[in-house]
Amino acid sequence: MQFMLLFSRQGKLRLQKWYVPLSDKEKKKITRELVQTVLARKPKMCSFLEWRDLKIVYKRYASLYFCCAIEDQDNELITLEIIHRYVELLDKYFGSVCELDIIFNFEKAYFILDEFLLGGEAQETSKKNVLKAIEQADLLQESQTEDWGGLANEEIL
Amino acid sequence: MPAVSKGDGMRGLAVFISDIRNCKSKEAEIKRINKELANIRSKFKGDKALDGYSKKKYVCKLLFIFLLGHDIDFGHMEAVNLLSSNKYTEKQIGYLFISVLVNSNSELIRLINNAIKNDLSSRNPTFMCLALHCIANVGSREMAEAFAGEIPRILVAGDTMDSVKQSAALCLLRLYKTSPDLVLMGEWTSRVVHLLNDQHMGVVTAAISLITCLSQKNPDEFKTCVSLAVSRLSRIVSSASTDLQDYTYYFVPAPWLSCKLLRLLQCYPPPEDGAVKGRLVECLETILNKAQEPPKSKKVQHSNAKNAILFEAISLIIHYDSEPNLLVRACNQLGQFLQHRETNLRYLALESMCTLASSEFSHEAVKTHIETVINALKTERDVSVRQRAADLLYAMCDRSNAKQIVAEMLSYLETADYSIREEMVLKVAILAEKYAVDYSWYVDTILNLIRIAGDYVSEEVWYRVIQIVINRDDVQGYAAKTVFEALQAPACHENMVKVGGYILGEFGNLIAGDPRSSPLVQFNLLHSKFHLCSVPTRALLLSAYIKFINLFPETKSTIQEVLRSDSQIRNSDVELQQRAVEYLKLSSIASTDVLATVLEEMPPFPERESSILAKLKKKKGPGAVSVNELEEGKREGELNGGGERGGDNSAIAASNASTPSPSADLLGLRTGPPVTAAAPSAGSLLVDVFSEAGVNDDGFLSSAPPSVVSEDPAPPLPESNELLNKFVCKNNGVLFENQLLQIGIKSEYRQNLGRMYLFYGNKTSVQFVTFTTTVTCPGELQSHILHIYTCKHMFILAYTCCDKLNVQTKPVEPLIEGGAQVQQVINIECLSDFCDAPLLNIKFRYGGALQNLTLKLPVTINKFFQPTEMASHDFFQRWKQLSQPQQEAQKIFKANHAMDTEVLKAKLLGLGMALLENVDPNPENFVCAGVIQTKAQQVGSLLRLEPNAQAQMYRLTLRSSKDTVSKRLCELLAEQF
Repeated sequence: MQFMLLFSRQGKLRLQKWYVPLSDKEKKKITRELVQTVLARKPKMCSFLEWRDLKIVYKRYASLYFCCAIEDQDNELITLEIIHRYVELLDKYFGSVCELDIIFNFEKAYFILDEFLLGGEAQETSKKNVLKAIEQADLLQESQTEDWGGLANEEIL
Repeated sequence: MPAVSKGDGMRGLAVFISDIRNCKSKEAEIKRINKELANIRSKFKGDKALDGYSKKKYVCKLLFIFLLGHDIDFGHMEAVNLLSSNKYTEKQIGYLFISVLVNSNSELIRLINNAIKNDLSSRNPTFMCLALHCIANVGSREMAEAFAGEIPRILVAGDTMDSVKQSAALCLLRLYKTSPDLVLMGEWTSRVVHLLNDQHMGVVTAAISLITCLSQKNPDEFKTCVSLAVSRLSRIVSSASTDLQDYTYYFVPAPWLSCKLLRLLQCYPPPEDGAVKGRLVECLETILNKAQEPPKSKKVQHSNAKNAILFEAISLIIHYDSEPNLLVRACNQLGQFLQHRETNLRYLALESMCTLASSEFSHEAVKTHIETVINALKTERDVSVRQRAADLLYAMCDRSNAKQIVAEMLSYLETADYSIREEMVLKVAILAEKYAVDYSWYVDTILNLIRIAGDYVSEEVWYRVIQIVINRDDVQGYAAKTVFEALQAPACHENMVKVGGYILGEFGNLIAGDPRSSPLVQFNLLHSKFHLCSVPTRALLLSAYIKFINLFPETKSTIQEVLRSDSQIRNSDVELQQRAVEYLKLSSIASTDVLATVLEEMPPFPERESSILAKLKKKKGPGAVSVNELEEGKREGELNGGGERGGDNSAIAASNASTPSPSADLLGLRTGPPVTAAAPSAGSLLVDVFSEAGVNDDGFLSSAPPSVVSEDPAPPLPESNELLNKFVCKNNGVLFENQLLQIGIKSEYRQNLGRMYLFYGNKTSVQFVTFTTTVTCPGELQSHILHIYTCKHMFILAYTCCDKLNVQTKPVEPLIEGGAQVQQVINIECLSDFCDAPLLNIKFRYGGALQNLTLKLPVTINKFFQPTEMASHDFFQRWKQLSQPQQEAQKIFKANHAMDTEVLKAKLLGLGMALLENVDPNPENFVCAGVIQTKAQQVGSLLRLEPNAQAQMYRLTLRSSKDTVSKRLCELLAEQF
């Protein structure tokens, strides 16, 4: 996989993950083009399209589009299920995930993705194992944040 | 604001994100962000040391701002500081920031690498994973340099936790992709391969991606993975859906791992070991069988996962291309999918069948689905599916179904999406050519293409139909008739006008017998389109008109009138004006013979790869048109070759025959050697010259001299006069020779016409490239060079024209192999007497260095002598008639050579005059008579040469009816004796 983009129906980019080195300018250009292309497609159309020399696999969940760019020999259907598994992970973690969860906890969305996919390849496909890793990290986080409980006033800025 | 579900996030961050979301306008958002950036900057710069939490919060805000699409130019240092925090969440945010926003600030990279190194050696698996994720996300060369040695060790160490192994494997994969030279598996190879046997499915899933990538690059070192992969696959395929617990996905056991295993096997040929192979075939059969079983779940995830494996298995079957049984089963399975209600499956089935169509075992099986595919082309609602259907029709096309498929594609074109029209046009054009049995069908198809989708018919397509018509004389009459009819349409596409103009210009004579398409009718039809056309097309039409003048002398006055009209001869477009002027001039000054030579019918194009095929390849990328396709063409071509025209068979076929290696050719998208474009070579394509002209804005046909090199012609060599003098009295010999090149000459003259053969010999063992020659008449004659690119690919006749001489140069090969010789023919017409010889400029590259030399072409006025025999009485009578002082030229000069009577006689005969015996009372003297033939006039000349043996001197006297001739002859001859 070369990259994964999450964007809203309004075309707002919610998450971007690049597995190939590209300049910021190029990333912005690709995002713009692709968001436009995918948003222009009708609901019943197929989930795959050729774009430049890549294959695009996308699926819409509620207001969010999940969109992956894969290479020629890569498998479209299994990529579609990569997307689905990621959605399941988010859903399980946030509890019935919605777009706002991803906006406000974008760093968590990245952490979950890193546990699931690394370097563009599936690292761990077991839902249990991925969530276990994230929960362990959260436990570390909770035990550490207690120290800062009394500083809420400072947090406004 | 939603409740943060876990881990209690940063409240300040949440407030900031809310603020941004509440911004009513882009400006408000930017204002809010700038305020935040100023705040963070002051915090970072402030005296008070920030605690880890604040640092984390601000770094996270910066990250958010960056992800919104704004530039971030600070905060990197604070993020790096977070890496060395011993608090997990701070470290985590630090790594995230670095992963997303890394820049190649070398100072920073050193600090980051340091932090990573610490975490990798911390033995805390959570920290190790964070560090590995960071390396995998950044994947820079600096990181590869720092860690490529360490990570394999972590990967195979016995005490490494599974989760760390998984991260290490994929981290290494990313580094290998960036810097393969730095990732050396060496001693670890076998232990990495054995990760396929790991009992943890997650480790296998991660490791196999690394192994697949490494196997592609070093198949031999990793080949033991094949049997391991087969047994792993076999265990998964035969497992019950619950065996693999959480690795079962919607009742499908380990779909990701299965796909990756099948993908890995595609890096290798079928296993040699019979047992392994048997086990694999069993797996593949099981997968095909499962596709027929009723689904265990109605969920789309179930069928997607199952079919993902099925498609990967089919890819492997196609890759092996050795099991007819499996191939046909695969084809039948895909056939079912062609009518599936899921659009995704129809799409993939069409795509997968494209590759099956190229296997000899399954080609016929694929063909049985033709009706379904045609139906898909007509009824699918999604353009990308229709595109796949068109691709498949193209792939399954062969001689047996070509007419049906081409007809369907043509009718689809009428309503096709704009996005795929051009490609469809190319495909139709290729199929029509490849499978044409009778070429009238081909011509009809291409003209239909232009009619239906003229805007999408690229130049390559219409160039190609012209190439084919020119190369096949059995279709020329039909083509002329058909374009003539097509042009009758009140509104026809400009591409039709181009093809029509070209074909009628070449072959209009073939239908001129019919009064309904008499020459004038043809001309008027073409000219009725003229005003609606663009400049390039008008230029082409002008060339067609001059061709008409040659084909049909009766149209000459009409066409000359058109050319002479202000709208042509004073056209504001330089190219059109120049053509009008030059063609008008050419048609009025050139004799019919010259006209016929210059405007001769185009010779056949060199048979080579279809330019359209090259275009399609370019469009689709080199991989898209398989070798198979070319070979298919070859196969068909051979069939064709048995046909009526023997060697001159389908262009594609011949191109294959002349292409030494099809695979090499696949990469060379551009046809022909790269240098031929502007060279007046017999090897370049129509396309090449035209596209060259297209690049210049000069218009359709460039009027620049056909020179590849930009350098101006060199001044004539110092010795060129001497070389010229050598040929005053002889017609054949070596004109010039240096260490590289020898130029030989043979020439013959009759009346006022001459033909010269130049032989360019390469004396070296290295080839000369971009060899071009240009003949010009020297400036003194106010000559202008008229290069007539007769509307054609390589057949460029350079036509040098001045008041005194017409020199027409035929093209010369642009490439002279070491030791080889090429010939060039030059036709010369003497219009009136002249002094200066034309200049021959030669340019070529020898080992990269440009050679540029200019010689005088040995064309001297005496070449056009007709000897005149006359008696003594007549001679003296004429001698006295030419008694005006300016009619005589005389020179007294010292002998340069031995005064041998026989040699003198031979030279005087070589001069071209009649040597008159018994005329001069003094037997030592020589007298000659002749008439110089020019187009404008005949110039009688008499010569008297008086040798003085004692003084070793000569007195030479010439009398001519024209003073310039006497003078020039005298000059020339004084050097000869």
